[in-house]
Amino acid sequence: MEHVILFLIFAVIAVVAAINLVLQSHPISSALSLVGVMGALALIYLQLGGEFIASAQLIVYAGAIMVLFIFVIMLLNAGTERKMKRNLWVKYGGLPLMALFIGVVAYVIERMLPPSPGGLFGNMTHGNPQEIGRLLFQQYLLPFEVTSILILIAILGAVVLARKEIE
Amino acid sequence: MPPIPESVPFTWYLILSAILFTLGIAGFLFRRNVITVFMSIELMLNAVNLSFIAFSYKFKQPDGHIFSFFVMVVAAAEAAVGLAIILTIFKNRQTLEIDEVSSLKD
Amino acid sequence: MQQLWLIPLLPLAGFAINGFFGRRLPKIWINAFAVGSVLIAFLWVIKALSALGAFSGGLEEAHVEHYFTWIQSGALNISVDFAVDRLTAVMLMIVTGIGTLIHIYAVGYMDHESGYYRFFAYLNLFMFFMLTLVLANNFLLLFVGWEGVGLCSYLLIGFYFLENFATTAGNKAFIVNRIGDFGFSLAIFLIGIHFSSLDFGKVFGQAKALPVEASPGWMTAIALLLLVGATGKSAQIPLYVWLPDAMAGPTPVSALIHAATMVTAGVYMIARSSSIFLHSPLALSFVAVIGIATAFMAASIGLVQNDIKKVFAYSTVSQLGYMFVGLGTGAFSAGIFHVMTHAFFKALLFLGAGSVIHALSGEQDLRHMGGLLKKIPITATVLFCAGVAIAGVPPFSGHYSKDAILESAYQYAPWIFWVGVFTAFMTAFYVFRALFLCFFGEYRGHHHPHESPFIMWGPLAVLAALSLGGGFINIPKYLEPLFPASETPLPAGIAWVPVAAGLGGIALAYLFYVVSPAIPESIGSMFKPVYNTLYNKYFVDEAYASAVVDPIVDGSRSLLWRTVDAGAIDGAVNGVGKTASGIGELLRRLQSGYIRDYAGWVVAGAILVVVAMGIMEVAK
Repeated sequence: MEHVILFLIFAVIAVVAAINLVLQSHPISSALSLVGVMGALALIYLQLGGEFIASAQLIVYAGAIMVLFIFVIMLLNAGTERKMKRNLWVKYGGLPLMALFIGVVAYVIERMLPPSPGGLFGNMTHGNPQEIGRLLFQQYLLPFEVTSILILIAILGAVVLARKEIE
Repeated sequence: MPPIPESVPFTWYLILSAILFTLGIAGFLFRRNVITVFMSIELMLNAVNLSFIAFSYKFKQPDGHIFSFFVMVVAAAEAAVGLAIILTIFKNRQTLEIDEVSSLKD
Repeated sequence: MQQLWLIPLLPLAGFAINGFFGRRLPKIWINAFAVGSVLIAFLWVIKALSALGAFSGGLEEAHVEHYFTWIQSGALNISVDFAVDRLTAVMLMIVTGIGTLIHIYAVGYMDHESGYYRFFAYLNLFMFFMLTLVLANNFLLLFVGWEGVGLCSYLLIGFYFLENFATTAGNKAFIVNRIGDFGFSLAIFLIGIHFSSLDFGKVFGQAKALPVEASPGWMTAIALLLLVGATGKSAQIPLYVWLPDAMAGPTPVSALIHAATMVTAGVYMIARSSSIFLHSPLALSFVAVIGIATAFMAASIGLVQNDIKKVFAYSTVSQLGYMFVGLGTGAFSAGIFHVMTHAFFKALLFLGAGSVIHALSGEQDLRHMGGLLKKIPITATVLFCAGVAIAGVPPFSGHYSKDAILESAYQYAPWIFWVGVFTAFMTAFYVFRALFLCFFGEYRGHHHPHESPFIMWGPLAVLAALSLGGGFINIPKYLEPLFPASETPLPAGIAWVPVAAGLGGIALAYLFYVVSPAIPESIGSMFKPVYNTLYNKYFVDEAYASAVVDPIVDGSRSLLWRTVDAGAIDGAVNGVGKTASGIGELLRRLQSGYIRDYAGWVVAGAILVVVAMGIMEVAK
């Protein structure tokens, strides 16, 4: 039972932070909300037995990528967004439509999947680093190497794009 | 008051993922600052990650974790390049609004 | 095998060479090919006919040469066959012989004209089609030649295509011809249906096998439709209106096509289909009545015309009427006899008129001629030979053929005989009126008349000899295997009535135009309305124009052109284009350039997919 309550707490934090991300006008507030979402999700990963992923999420995602975002926001001196005149459709129809969409998706998910055991903390043992590591270097070696090249390309691209033009 | 289940029903994870994904779409469509749009994309990627982990738990296989790991790697690379592009756009057009980067219209 | 195919194909080769290369060939070569091909065709005709025994009493049965199968469709089997029997022999000699003479004449006449090679190319093409028509052994091949000569007539009438009146005349000829051709086509369809074949041998064999008194309705229908075709081609009422206007073409064209050969195609066709016509007395009576009516009407118009070529054009229409009378009263061979003699003297009249026109450097109006007897004596002599021939003065050719026709008319229906006699009187009158106005009296023009060169009066001399002596070629006797002669005796003296009429016409013309020229003018002013009606050709052209031509043109313009073509068809075609354009316009708005719009579309698509999945789920 505790599992459910814990899950609900983290889920609510994640959703509230996500809503905050969408509604805030200054990008820095949105970035910080995103960090909150990532943290809550990391905890949920832990509940699902994904220790490695949870740590990777916190270190890489929340720690590096979001810091990069915040650096760029600071560099560009982005101010608050101007308030835009909203289309009436969007103002009054967007929310109900979204809710409807989520409802439909939830319904579909419920109906399509057979009942299965729920999530318990510590119920899965495969998410530990040894397991992940073994898989990475045995079965998924090729994608692993390819992603390393991908990162190299990304580095090159970012350097080329962002440097000063030679006058 | 419905009885609180023993363990978290599996479908709840997927519904949470769906909610986060929808919020990401909403932010992507309705925000004008390009950095906020980017962050909504990251939100969407996170939602998908959650979905992967949940399924990996269900089928008792670690492959979902691997995939999620790769998603994170790609998200990192994409964030790096994308932010570099945003920097370039800002240098050229002095604006961070998506609507003003519209020279493809007729 | 007499290689009959050479006969039409030689002129066709001449057409091809002159048509494709004539622009670059020197005149001597053009002449060689054009005249040479027809001359060799003529010699070949003589050779083939003598080999078949045509000149020595042979050729009683048709000699057929089969070349290849043209159309094979179900029960219909049409092949390209040429056949020669006595009728064909007569026509072949006329067409190639007179054709050769006219080609030689045209070398001189067209010497200064531009488009020289084109003229001879068309002339050769015409010979090809005419010979195909004459040699054909089935209705479809005859129709090919029929249409082809119509086409060449159009091309040659409109030869001076820069002149509006020439092209209009060419159009008129072709269109009026087509109306007749429509009737002819219907006749061919009916023949195909009832006789299950278009081959002459089969069709006429079946027709002859019917009992003599049998006259089924469909036979009459076929005969009448054939008659419609013949009236178009041979310029009878009501489709004769193109022939006078056809004088817009060069004079050799008028001589060859509109006097000697093409216009006789209708007569030939009816003579060839005699077995069908003999089973339909109604149709034969139509033929005779139309013939005599046309003969009378055309002669009356010719009385008052002032253009020398127009006089002879109406004369042609009138003489064709005589031929139809011959056919309609049952004397088919008399009709063909008149075809031959008419070819001689009418070609001579036209070519002689051409010689006069050439002498006067283009003048055609009789009122500006006169006193040319001493200045162009050779032309005058040959023209007077033609004049006495056409007037029916014995012992010249016209007398024998005209007499044969009128005798047969007397036996058929005496009133036709008397009208024919009066028409003969008018014929002699107007021909000699033209000749006297042209050659006697004082010269009323401004040119310097000069005699034509030998290349022009040589053929004229030959034709004059034929006009005078051609009557002794006893065609009715020659054609007896095909058209049995009737044995009824005639009242004595009937044969002399047309002669008297002819001589009377000549005398009256002499009185009016040589002795006292004031008489015709006073008569003309006394009977002004009559004169006006005759001079304006009974206003037939105007009647046709207002009753038929104008409504059709207006209807086409307003209904078919504006409404159907420009409105519906163009509208549909352009509409397709406009629709595509419009859809493109709509789709263009999708490309707004705003990234968020594109993202919106992506999301919309994704939502659609999810909803579809949900619906499928609910349906399960």
